[in-house]
Amino acid sequence: MTTPEATTGAAAAEPRHGLRIFLIWLPLAIIVDLIVWFVWYPHFPPGRMTDQAQGQQFDIAVMTVLSVPVLLFIWVYFAYALIVWRRRPGDEEDATPIHGNTRIQATWITTTAVIVLGLFVFGTVQLIVPAGAGAGEGPSPIWKPHVNQLLKVQVIGQQWAFTYRFPQFGGIETTHLELPIGEEVQFNVTSLDVIHSFWAYQLGVKADANPGVNNVAFAKPQQIGDFTVRCNELCGLWHGAMFNTGKVVSPVSFMAWANGIRDRETRAGVLITLPAYSLTYDPTQITSLGNTLKKVLGITGSPGYYYSPANPVQP
Amino acid sequence: MAIETTPGADQTQPAGGGPTEPGRPRPWWMRPAVHTGLIGAVIGYLFGHWMGNALSPDFSPGGSNYAAALANNFDMPLVLGYVFGTVGWLAGLGVFNDLGRLMLGKPLPDIEHAPEGGLAKYFRYTLDHKVVGIQYLFGMIVYFLTGGLFAMAIRTELLNPTNHIMSSSSYLMVVGEHSTMMMMMMSSVVLGPFGQYFAPLMIGSKRMAFPRLEALGFWLTPPAYVILVSGVLLGGFPTGWTGYAPLSIQSTPGMDTYAMAFGLMGISMILAGFNIIVTYINYRAPGMRWSRLPMFVWSMFTVSFLQVLSVPVLVAGLYMMLMDRAWQTAFFVNQLGGSSYLWQNVFWFFGHPEVYILALPGFGVVAEILPVFCRKPLFAYKVGVAGMFGVALLSWFVWQHHLFVSGINPDMRPLYMLTTELISIPTGFIYLVALGTLWKAKIKFEVPMLFALGMYFNFLIGGVTGVYLSDVPADTTEHGSFFVMGHFHYTIMGGLIFAFFGGIYYWVPKMLGVELNKTLGKIHFWTMFIFFNSTFLPMFFLGMAGMPRRVFEYAKNLQPLNVWASISAYLLAVSMIIFLVNFIWSTLFVRKRAASNPWNARGLEWQVPTPVPPENFEHIPVVLSGPYEYGVKDAPPMADLNPPVGVVAAAYAGAGVEA
Repeated sequence: MTTPEATTGAAAAEPRHGLRIFLIWLPLAIIVDLIVWFVWYPHFPPGRMTDQAQGQQFDIAVMTVLSVPVLLFIWVYFAYALIVWRRRPGDEEDATPIHGNTRIQATWITTTAVIVLGLFVFGTVQLIVPAGAGAGEGPSPIWKPHVNQLLKVQVIGQQWAFTYRFPQFGGIETTHLELPIGEEVQFNVTSLDVIHSFWAYQLGVKADANPGVNNVAFAKPQQIGDFTVRCNELCGLWHGAMFNTGKVVSPVSFMAWANGIRDRETRAGVLITLPAYSLTYDPTQITSLGNTLKKVLGITGSPGYYYSPANPVQP
Repeated sequence: MAIETTPGADQTQPAGGGPTEPGRPRPWWMRPAVHTGLIGAVIGYLFGHWMGNALSPDFSPGGSNYAAALANNFDMPLVLGYVFGTVGWLAGLGVFNDLGRLMLGKPLPDIEHAPEGGLAKYFRYTLDHKVVGIQYLFGMIVYFLTGGLFAMAIRTELLNPTNHIMSSSSYLMVVGEHSTMMMMMMSSVVLGPFGQYFAPLMIGSKRMAFPRLEALGFWLTPPAYVILVSGVLLGGFPTGWTGYAPLSIQSTPGMDTYAMAFGLMGISMILAGFNIIVTYINYRAPGMRWSRLPMFVWSMFTVSFLQVLSVPVLVAGLYMMLMDRAWQTAFFVNQLGGSSYLWQNVFWFFGHPEVYILALPGFGVVAEILPVFCRKPLFAYKVGVAGMFGVALLSWFVWQHHLFVSGINPDMRPLYMLTTELISIPTGFIYLVALGTLWKAKIKFEVPMLFALGMYFNFLIGGVTGVYLSDVPADTTEHGSFFVMGHFHYTIMGGLIFAFFGGIYYWVPKMLGVELNKTLGKIHFWTMFIFFNSTFLPMFFLGMAGMPRRVFEYAKNLQPLNVWASISAYLLAVSMIIFLVNFIWSTLFVRKRAASNPWNARGLEWQVPTPVPPENFEHIPVVLSGPYEYGVKDAPPMADLNPPVGVVAAAYAGAGVEA
């Protein structure tokens, strides 16, 4: 970066302020950036449980490494200015006027524009390459993982619980989520009443749940472990308590878990009474469910059965 | 009405023509003021409530019909009660009196020579922009403190992840009241007090273009305040300030208070915006070229355009919401053919220009303060103006970044990522101006300067974190989390409110004619600066660690940071108390008279005596040079306040304007 030496004029004895600021700023920026990249980055959210989460972590790290020099430049400059160019007691003169400096202005505008456009290109690549980066892509996603086999998981938000359905396992319904490691997962997120948002923090997945809308997001688990799911869009009274948990497990134990649920729900008669699997549901149109069912397994999801949409009364 | 161009004796002639007020005014209780307004409001509310009851059919909740299930017959009386209550309040204040006079062919009162003195004028519908500015100043401080109290309640609830001092419904009520009150206040906090007071003074005008609209703009804010706070009696509303449908359609009548209050504030913003645009275009003194306008004037000008163009969208959206709620339409109900995306689109199409409505006045205030205390001209004036225009223009093309994970238009996200990131270029101009102005300056650390520097520090953090949010992959983690909370509190409170307090310390000596205590001012600044950062910096980490907004329960491991933020928030409140003590002590008890130009500033507003005479300038001044020519040898004063007779007329004649 060129240093501003505006209006030097006759003041030859004046120290080279721009050079000084630059020399304070450069080592500081390099040191802090190195610390950020090598010490802090591995601990950045949201972790590396899926490739999407890892991509987000990389994005956040890159942006931190870029913003550290910017922040430090402004701070160093301000600190330097406030110390060196403070008014000395008894000095009532005005400062030497400077109205502008074309070279500095052009440099500044070019530098910021280059940073911003670079960030845009980087962000777009990071959005498209990892299949939408874990964000909700609407009903017909344009950036998809290039694999043949996808595990489909439907996420149904309602006030104030998430339930999950697995269409590839006969449409079973659970209140806990297990996912196999190494397999691409397609989340189909929808809602029965108001807008919720499915935020599986460690998976790096966030997709709004709109009533009557199917919102698709992708993730590929690559680490075994627990994750939490929270509602991320204000949805009423118990929004703050709307969360549940999930696990990334080995493919074998996932199959055992899913088949176990299917057997259990078949035996209890749940699968027959659940509405047919569909990408969206209208709770006002589903009236078939019997009163006793919810006591069997605590199923609360797609039937939208607990209450009519206006009840419980808000807030 | 034509611009008054002839100085001197002609000006005793009132602008509206005809004789002025009759000689002896009526006794105070016979004249319209707050008390008659209150009577009008009560009568209006009762009438509207009765009418709503008479109109609303007897819906029966329950059953299988979705529309019937959503309906209840309390909304219509409430909405009509608020509408007629507001009209009654305005009628009681005498807002429509001049309209009546006009229709009856009676003479209008004189705008520029408001003869009234004393405190009573502050409780009336007055046509003096200086009175309106001071009304706004106190009104907005009341708004700010009320919103702040709600914030204290939020932070108290968040002290513990599982033990609650509030029910979940009270918590949401408090969140909604805090956010809506603050958003309503912030949009007028600089444009109201300083914009109205200094708009004509800074451009050498004797008046605003539309004094009645201006006063109406202020007098809509008290009913907005009362209606919003009345939501507490109705159980509040659960949606926060964003009012997302269909939750807002589902909610109890407290939601109506949100729509009514925000709508009234919206109308007030539109009126203020129109007035300022027309004033700046038509009422500049001769010689006040566009290239000599102070930065604060530019910021008010750009903000006014944003308000006039974006707020109608909000008002329309709120109207649809009220229709959905009270008249059983279905704009936002998916099951009945509406769309929940519609509200999100409409709201953020207003909402994103809105956040720049909150940022630009702050830029204007600090750019005004900086040269005075650096004793240097503003660096790269034109770049600064271009920055404001750039921000204002780009703010129209970014609203979908609030919907990055909503599933609407996913293929458009790169475009909105680009436009959002582009905004940091014109925002960078504002920083270039600051850096250049500080270069080899002679910086004087007076209280307004401290607040201006604090604003630059805070807004930088807010701006940089905004770039994180604009990047879709990173936003997937940050969206809707406490990271966003940290971000917009840094830009709005750290930016605008710091600038607002800078403006108070800078301009109150002119507005109220008293000096504010400097030592207390410095204590206020340092406590506010430290505890502001200490409150909101942890929020970035909370959000990154997975804490969503507007929750009353959170993960146990986040408790230490939350407790830290809460305690800092209490100390921030202490800092506000220090300000209040200073403000009340200095203005009510010490009353040390301020010099007419305490900062030795060049700005036109400082060249008039304190207190500012009712007609602002005895003669229309002739502007001779720019407002920031500090240290320029042989620079003429900014304006000739007593131009020779005929010069003004000649100036206009030269510009081709009829004298």
